[in-house]
Amino acid sequence: MIMLERRRETSRVMKFASPLLALVLTVISGAALFGLLGFDPLEALYQFFIAPVMTSYGIAELLLKATPLILIGVGLAIGYRANVWNIGAEGQLIIGAIAGGAIGLALHGVDSVLVLPLMIAGGILGGMAWAAIPALLRTHFNASELLTSLMLTYVAELLLTWAVNGPLKDPDGFSFPESKMFHDSASMPLLLEGTRLHGGFLAALIVVLLGWFFISRSLPGYEVRVTGSAPHAARFAGFSQTVTIWMTLLAGGALAGLAGLFEVAGPVGQLVPKISPGYGFTAIIVAFLGRLHPVGILFAGLLVALSYLGGEMAQITLNMPLAVTGVFQGLLLFFLLGVDILLTHRIRIGHIKPRSAS
Amino acid sequence: MKSTLVRLLGAAVLAGMAAMGVARAEELKVGFVYVGPVGDYGWTFRHDVARKAVEAAFPGKVKTTFVESVKEGPDAERVIRQMAASGNKLIFTTSFGFMNPTVKVAKQFPAVKFEHATGYKRTANLSTYSARFYEGRAIIGHIAGRLSKTGVVGYIASFPIPEVVRGINAFTIALRKVNPEAKVKVIWVNTWYDPGKEADAAKALIDQGADIIAQHTDSPAPLQVAEKRGVKGFGQASDMIKFAPKSQLTAIVDNWNPYYIARTKAVMDGSWKSEATWAGIKPGMVKMAPYTNMPADVKAEAEALQAKLASGEVHAFDGPIKDQSGKEVVKAGEHLDDKTLATMDYYVEGVDDKLKK
Repeated sequence: MIMLERRRETSRVMKFASPLLALVLTVISGAALFGLLGFDPLEALYQFFIAPVMTSYGIAELLLKATPLILIGVGLAIGYRANVWNIGAEGQLIIGAIAGGAIGLALHGVDSVLVLPLMIAGGILGGMAWAAIPALLRTHFNASELLTSLMLTYVAELLLTWAVNGPLKDPDGFSFPESKMFHDSASMPLLLEGTRLHGGFLAALIVVLLGWFFISRSLPGYEVRVTGSAPHAARFAGFSQTVTIWMTLLAGGALAGLAGLFEVAGPVGQLVPKISPGYGFTAIIVAFLGRLHPVGILFAGLLVALSYLGGEMAQITLNMPLAVTGVFQGLLLFFLLGVDILLTHRIRIGHIKPRSAS
Repeated sequence: MKSTLVRLLGAAVLAGMAAMGVARAEELKVGFVYVGPVGDYGWTFRHDVARKAVEAAFPGKVKTTFVESVKEGPDAERVIRQMAASGNKLIFTTSFGFMNPTVKVAKQFPAVKFEHATGYKRTANLSTYSARFYEGRAIIGHIAGRLSKTGVVGYIASFPIPEVVRGINAFTIALRKVNPEAKVKVIWVNTWYDPGKEADAAKALIDQGADIIAQHTDSPAPLQVAEKRGVKGFGQASDMIKFAPKSQLTAIVDNWNPYYIARTKAVMDGSWKSEATWAGIKPGMVKMAPYTNMPADVKAEAEALQAKLASGEVHAFDGPIKDQSGKEVVKAGEHLDDKTLATMDYYVEGVDDKLKK
């Protein structure tokens, strides 16, 4: 008989062993899945994990794809540690992109080094403004930010549809719902010639550092952690819950808005009806995969990005159907999150010995 | 200095890959980038049917690859580029939203030929192609005008781009030639493929009195709703009769097979040129599924109209045409030109909707 038994304290070994165990389980079950479907298992695993990063262009694409996931993941983790459940990062991303993008379009053709910083500020403020709505509703009307932030995502999507069909539509674009392509001065500088990797990735690294400092080393970060893990103690210590809610939602919104601006001023290069393939939602998984720790989120973001790139690679080189690559991605996430239960529990095999009665 | 080095290295890698391509004999690799799943039974499904037709037309000489459900946005460029880097010499990108990513990749791979569906940007190695689906829409508009008893027809629309607006207009013009009092109610679902949303739109339109449903989205869901509620409808992109045997009147069928085969052949014999193709019923890029579930006289009229559209005797946008405000946009005896059609951003009289601007 196999049983799960609660550990007295969190296992130190498992902290590092569990991701490795998850990877082993993913590889074994993935190989079985591919083999059953008639693909060469080793070749398939190679296409998923190795082939995407065999070229410098591939590595640049990996870092590019991970950038928004890391930025948003760090922002969300700060909130989740305080039990503030912002799941509307997708909407905050979109509003950031619209706000920053609109500034870039308004200054179209202006050759000044100030254009991009203004757009970045617009992106951050746009995301914060969108996150401020759930903060206000929560602190004044006790409305669950979980629902309000999610629902505002749909409002944001419609606002973007309106913007690219209306005021921000390219007048020379044959009535198609897209803005003009951004001017050079309104585009993110590239880090590597010939790739799409831009300065946003450096910003993400800085955000990881700042996030780590905030959570682990600063007093407001301490208040956030206490509010999350021991709300009564936090109240007793005089920490304001209202301040925590505002602070965490605004931080999450700012980073999501920044990520959105980086997407439009970076790889997309214009405002289009669909900016993000769901980064705001994927980042929730990334945040938990990284155990709500900024450095963990950095690695989780890279791994999730790799799984997307690998999925595309397997489709192109092996003609593997999207459904199969999707199942494999699901397996990876399932094992990574599932195995984490070994942090707090241990597996026992055999009969349970009755505890001594002492 | 550094960028020169990077470029040199890149050129070396490219040359190496080209050499490998030669080593692998004369098999031409052709890539397809799809916006939806190949199982949508609509837009993407028909492109995939044509992909298989290409393989069948050149047995052993062509190898095709596809990536499905590629999101329009930052991911598209990477997928298209990866297609080019993996040795595909001809690449079809089959959604409007892939336009700028295709332009960017085409610049980086001048030796690869690109074909972009429904866009307007062309370069030396990038062609565009689309079909005159509005000709089919004129036929179904005529049928709807003859068969609607309530005089209210529902229309499920995706995105307010010229292609879709043009379809609504061609449909409405033909509808009101038969029944001048008829109205078209439009619901925008802001997606090309979402069976749930499409079905909800169909239900809402039927509840508002529509007894015929037309759609410019890709799934058979609206037809299935029509079948269940006992109203009629039209298939989109492919013959959807098996989803609605009692309800489908006909379907506008996209037929990319001849074009894809011709373009593949052109790459093989070196005659490929960048051009803009916009073909309709006549060369068979637009086909109509069998006319069913309608009286014999309506069927005969539909067939006659189809023949006249093919011969050019009738144009779907023959004047006089009035816009929603009642202003005449084309005089009698003339028809709208291609440029106006390509950028269409207004409704004609009879559309019961306001176009977002």
